[in-house]
Amino acid sequence: MAEQNEAAPAAEAPPVEPSPAEVLARDVATLPGVDAVSIEKGEVVAMATRAGLVGLMTALRDDPRFAFEQVMDICGVDWPERAERFDVVYNLLSLSLNQRLRVIVTSDEATPVASVHGVWPVATWWEREAWDLYGVVFSGQPDLRRILTDYGFDGHPLRKDFPLTGYLDVRYDEERKQVVYEPVKLVQDFRNFDFVSPWEAMTTLPGDEKVHTERKAGGAKG
Amino acid sequence: MSETIVPQKGLTTVEVDGHALNFGPQHPAAHGVLRLILELDGEVVERADPHIGLLHRGTEKLIEYKTYIQAVPYFDRLDYVSPMSEEHSFVLATEKLLGITVPDRGQWIRTLFAEITRVLNHLLNLTTYALDVGAITPSLWGFEEREKLMEFYEAASGARMHANYFRPGGVAKDLPAGLEDKIAAWAETYPKFIDDIEGLLTANRIWKQRTVDIGVMTAEEAMAWGFSGPCLRASGVPWDLRRSQPYEKYSEVDFNVVIGRNGDCYDRYLMRIWEMRESVKIIKQCLAKMKPGPVKVQDRKFSPPARAEMKRSMEALIHHFKLYTEGYHVPAGATYTATESPKGEFGVYLVADGTNRPYRCKIRATGFAHLQAIDKMAKRHMLADVCAIIGSLDVVFGEIDR
Repeated sequence: MAEQNEAAPAAEAPPVEPSPAEVLARDVATLPGVDAVSIEKGEVVAMATRAGLVGLMTALRDDPRFAFEQVMDICGVDWPERAERFDVVYNLLSLSLNQRLRVIVTSDEATPVASVHGVWPVATWWEREAWDLYGVVFSGQPDLRRILTDYGFDGHPLRKDFPLTGYLDVRYDEERKQVVYEPVKLVQDFRNFDFVSPWEAMTTLPGDEKVHTERKAGGAKG
Repeated sequence: MSETIVPQKGLTTVEVDGHALNFGPQHPAAHGVLRLILELDGEVVERADPHIGLLHRGTEKLIEYKTYIQAVPYFDRLDYVSPMSEEHSFVLATEKLLGITVPDRGQWIRTLFAEITRVLNHLLNLTTYALDVGAITPSLWGFEEREKLMEFYEAASGARMHANYFRPGGVAKDLPAGLEDKIAAWAETYPKFIDDIEGLLTANRIWKQRTVDIGVMTAEEAMAWGFSGPCLRASGVPWDLRRSQPYEKYSEVDFNVVIGRNGDCYDRYLMRIWEMRESVKIIKQCLAKMKPGPVKVQDRKFSPPARAEMKRSMEALIHHFKLYTEGYHVPAGATYTATESPKGEFGVYLVADGTNRPYRCKIRATGFAHLQAIDKMAKRHMLADVCAIIGSLDVVFGEIDR
């Protein structure tokens, strides 16, 4: 976080020497397998290609300019409207150089992402979690079991198209003396409030179509 | 029943003493709901396979359906032993995306309670850890001391455990009158209590026999296995986010980062003892440096007005209503924000899409990485050592299972 505080004034006054984040971003951009590097709120984000992932991660760990000894977190993010719907996000931390880097690769349900458990053994559980919750396939991962969900669970619950209520209810049946799985029955319909304010975002109010189209046209001109 | 096997000609009998043991999920030393499948050779552990997720509540999914304010209480319920530290990462992440800065007093209160939480956490961990290894007295003493800290929680937030006290933009409300003096009085007496606990354990022969050279992690191994916090420092890596990447007021307080040498269960115990001493130092400095002032940002778009004001002012009422129904819209962006929680690095990867709800909120649970290494640490150890290793890792399943 100290880096970010330094990064803010550096952005305003370009002639002074670049901040540590900018130096890191510049160096990471030269590595093979990196598509694009950006600095977002003082955090360096690198978009990587799937093909060169393991090579890139090994370089990031072993190159003394980066020295990312730890992968603190690997997680998926689901963007269903995209062609490659999943982001796999690696948050790296260098203890010796006190810097962080976020590496993002994209994937879909079928395309595997190479496992990095050979680079950092801790990756195994994070990858199991991403597989469990999103269904991201990791190739070369010998232990791709589910981890957080129930034994015999079907589906990937953190995908955006998986309902919050799930599909199955689990309860103990006193008569049958066993745990039973039943389809979810909601006493009240699931309520998902739409908080998009009509003042800001609602496209067309009933009876107000003309105003709206004119405003849109005006906005397009401006 | 006992039927002796008669050796037959041409056949050799090989005695195999291998079996698998189901440790937990309802084992008192499993610290919650850990199901650990232990493959044993006699009493020696060959392989430990933790099965987690028995407490999985889908917190990350639920948060995607809640506003940012409504998401905060879920963090209390992650690591229920150190609730405010968990809130801390999330509110810092939200503030970063919103681009707001908390007033000084708010930051001091957060630093103060983050340290109180650290003591709270270490007290529970050390005493139950000792209990797992067979010492009952520390837990009896520790819980009394823990109750005092929970009273501070209650005085500040109204709840003993699930505080919901840190909010994006500050803290829920200012400390009640007299609480600072009570905390100061407690901070004077507490080092004596640490001495008492140390008197029971540090030089205790049985305690040392059970913990020294058990579950050793070298610095390289600890880094590769994603260790952080006391577990990493016990292996001799001088790394503390409060020092390296300071947040809140940690750059203005004076404290030592204690590191160990051997990375065994005993060193992890010592780390926590010493961190409690350092925490008391920080608490005293916070109390000395705190000045009266606002505790949350004064922008009513982010922090609610006082209740009394709400009853009189129409505008305040509207702000209050809007904040607690719609919440605020967070500009699109993503951040990974981590704090030094008592257990280690607790991170939140927050993705905002410009609406009033997080698009994705990944919780980087500290114990998740620590627990994974148990297979490595427990290998070729005795079954009873597994209890000591679990205790020394400080795992809480609310956090690991999310």
